[in-house]
Order: sequence, then C-alpha cells, then structure tokens
Amino acid sequence: MSFLENYIHYLGSFGLILIGLYVVLVKSNLVKVIIGINLIDTGVNLFLISVGYIRMGTAPIFSRATTTAEGMVDPVPQALVLTAIVIGVSVLGLALSVAIRLYGHYGTLDLRKIRDLKW
Amino acid sequence: MRTVVSLMLIAIVAAGIIVSLSQAPVGAEAARQEGRLKQDDVNFGRYYNNRALEETGAANVVASVVVSYRGLDTLGEVAVLFIAALGVATLLRTKQERKPKGEVEQASLIVFTGCRFLFPLILLFAAYIFAHGHLTPGGGFQGGAVTASGFVLIYLGCRGRAVGAKQLSATESLSGLVFVITGLVGLALGGSFLLNFLPRGTTYALFSAGVIPIIYIAIGLKVSSELGGIVGTLAGEGE
Amino acid sequence: MIAFQTFLVLVMIVAALRAARAKDLMDAVIACALVSLMASIIFYFLHAPDVAMAEAAIGAGLTAAIFIFAINRTERRE
Repeated sequence: MSFLENYIHYLGSFGLILIGLYVVLVKSNLVKVIIGINLIDTGVNLFLISVGYIRMGTAPIFSRATTTAEGMVDPVPQALVLTAIVIGVSVLGLALSVAIRLYGHYGTLDLRKIRDLKW
Repeated sequence: MRTVVSLMLIAIVAAGIIVSLSQAPVGAEAARQEGRLKQDDVNFGRYYNNRALEETGAANVVASVVVSYRGLDTLGEVAVLFIAALGVATLLRTKQERKPKGEVEQASLIVFTGCRFLFPLILLFAAYIFAHGHLTPGGGFQGGAVTASGFVLIYLGCRGRAVGAKQLSATESLSGLVFVITGLVGLALGGSFLLNFLPRGTTYALFSAGVIPIIYIAIGLKVSSELGGIVGTLAGEGE
Repeated sequence: MIAFQTFLVLVMIVAALRAARAKDLMDAVIACALVSLMASIIFYFLHAPDVAMAEAAIGAGLTAAIFIFAINRTERRE
C-alpha cells in the first residue's frame, strides 16, 4: 500500500509517455502520430506536477482559512506547467494545419506513401 | 519488423526510467522527510511561499510566480502563441483553400437561439476568471481558453456569423502592447523590466497586488484572441 | 483517497490504450479528451487548482475541437 501511495502518479505519467512513444514510432497515419505527441505532452505535465507534491499539504493560495505558508506545495512546477499546456495546444494547431496542407498536396495521409513520392 | 524494433526501444527507455527513479519518493516530500534543505534561500518553492504575500500582495502564489517573479517566461510564452497563430493563418488562408466542403446547412432555430443566448454569459464568466486571477484559482490562461470555447460554440451553432477577424487582431495587438508597455514603465521607474510599481493595497481586495491584475487582464485578452483565431482559421470561417 | 486516485490512473491508462488502437480517428480523439479529463481531476488531488482549470478547459475542450475540425478536412479512417 505504501508503494502505491508513493509511486502511483509516477507510474501513471510514465505509462502515458510510453504509450505516446509507441504511437509515434509505430503508427503510419499522420493524425494518429499527432495524437501520440499530445499523449506525451499530457504525461510530461502530470509528471512535473507530481514532483512538487507534499502529502497532507495544501494548495498555495492564501485565504482567511490558510494564513501561514506551512505545508504548502511547491508553486514553481505549477507555473511552468501552466505555460507548457498552452504552448502544447498551439503547437498542436500548427502541426494539424501542416497535416491539412500535406493532405491537399499528396492526396493521402499515409507516411509510407508520402516518403516514397518523388517529384 | 518496425513494431519489434520500436518495442525493444520502448523497453530500454522504461528500464532506464525505473533504474534511475527507484530510489526517490515523491520529490518535495523527500526534502521534508530527510531534512536536507533547511534554509529558505535554497529551496525556491519554500522561498516563494514564505515571501509572496508581503512582497507582491497577491493571495494566489502561483499568479505572483507567473507574472511577477518569472514574468519574462510569460512574455516568451505569449510570443510563442503569437508565432503559432501566425503560422496557422499563413498555412491555411491562401487563395486556393476557401470553404472545405460544399454547402453547410443551418442549425435549427432552438440551437441557434440557445447559442446566441449563451455566448455573452460565457464571455462574462471568462472575464470573471481572469479579473480575479490574483485572488482565487484562475488567471489569464484559463479565462482565454474559456473564451475560445465560446468561439467554438458560435462556429458550431450559428454558422455564417463569425467573430470579426479585424476586431480579433486589433484586440490581440493592443493587449500585447499593454503588456510590453507595463514592463517598460517598470523599467523607467525602478530600473528593472516588469517591476511591480503600483502600491500593494489591502490583501483580498480586487484592486490590489500592484500591476498583477493589469498584466493578467492583458494576457487573458491576448490568449483568447489568439486561440479564437487558431480555431476560426481551422474551421474555415471568414476570409 | 489513494484508492480513488488509483482508479483514475487506471481509467487514464485504459483510455490511452484505446486511443492507440482505434482505427476510427474520432474514437481516438474522444479517448484523448478522456485522458485529459482524468489528468485534470488528478491535478486537483495533487493540490494544483490552477493547473486543473487550465487542463480541463484546454485539454478536454479545445484540443478535441481542433482535432475534429482537422479530421473534417482530411480523412476519417486510418
């Protein structure tokens, strides 16, 4: 039980990263590869937040109930992940527009055929 | 053949991860248990937690880290968003790529009226989220994403009535300008870029914490117009 | 608490496997949105409410909408 308490978030985030890596390496449809990149992004964000976690801690927000800074979790990974999520979605939009232009030019989204087509 | 090689590579990566992380429990927890980091100035998280309320006056420590302590990273992130929206518009708004399919049929009257009724409420909710970013969980990025979801609702429910492209680009440019000018005024008054030059005010009040509400409102407007522009270009609306 | 978080992580892994193996791309996109939703709830349990709001609004909403607009312009089956 204490193994689960310590490591469950690490296992979840590394499972996501490995599944996303499998999709990027093996699948041959371009939109499927972009879905795999999105899975890797989500896994890395989950890993960064779970590094700064303190058991029995509290959220880093002051209020009338929480007036001291004792036991607050680390706020720096949360600030970094906030930026990383927004950058992830904007890179996704750019990758999908490149995929749409490739489809309009080649007529297919299969990576094996796009690599074989010469001029 | 390709599947077998990739599965071997993934097994090697997984073995490396397990070997390198098998000694450490959850990160900040380890520091608290072993008592290695005793001073405030070595552990940045604890430093920001202890000093944030009296140095910036914001009740939300993550907001003061994003805007005040690490404000330059936020400026870079806004620049990355701008470049991505520019790239999407360059790739997709050419003369050949007009409407993707043929005729689109209008939604029914109930859906049309419902979407028209919901859209100002969504904008009001998003404005509440990014105006209260320094007091409650929230801020510019979350409010911008909620506004972009409202734009998606308009593109789905009320076809043919898009949000104007000129107003979106004017909002985006003006809010980026407000962010940079606030930083430059801080440079002129105090000697460092993005210095917090307004007074702290009383805590938990709406107009407190210096320049943090101003910057968060500028970031919220900029992120919402960027993401709305990306979604609108992909949906094929406008020209 | 730990039992509930374990359940959420299991649902997330099963949804990621479903996104990897689906032949219809709409299936994969909905499974990807489910992964983001489970990650958002786990973020709340890790005492990060800002990040939970951002992941729920962006991951479960905007990412699925962007994918569906792109699939509309290209093919639907793999």
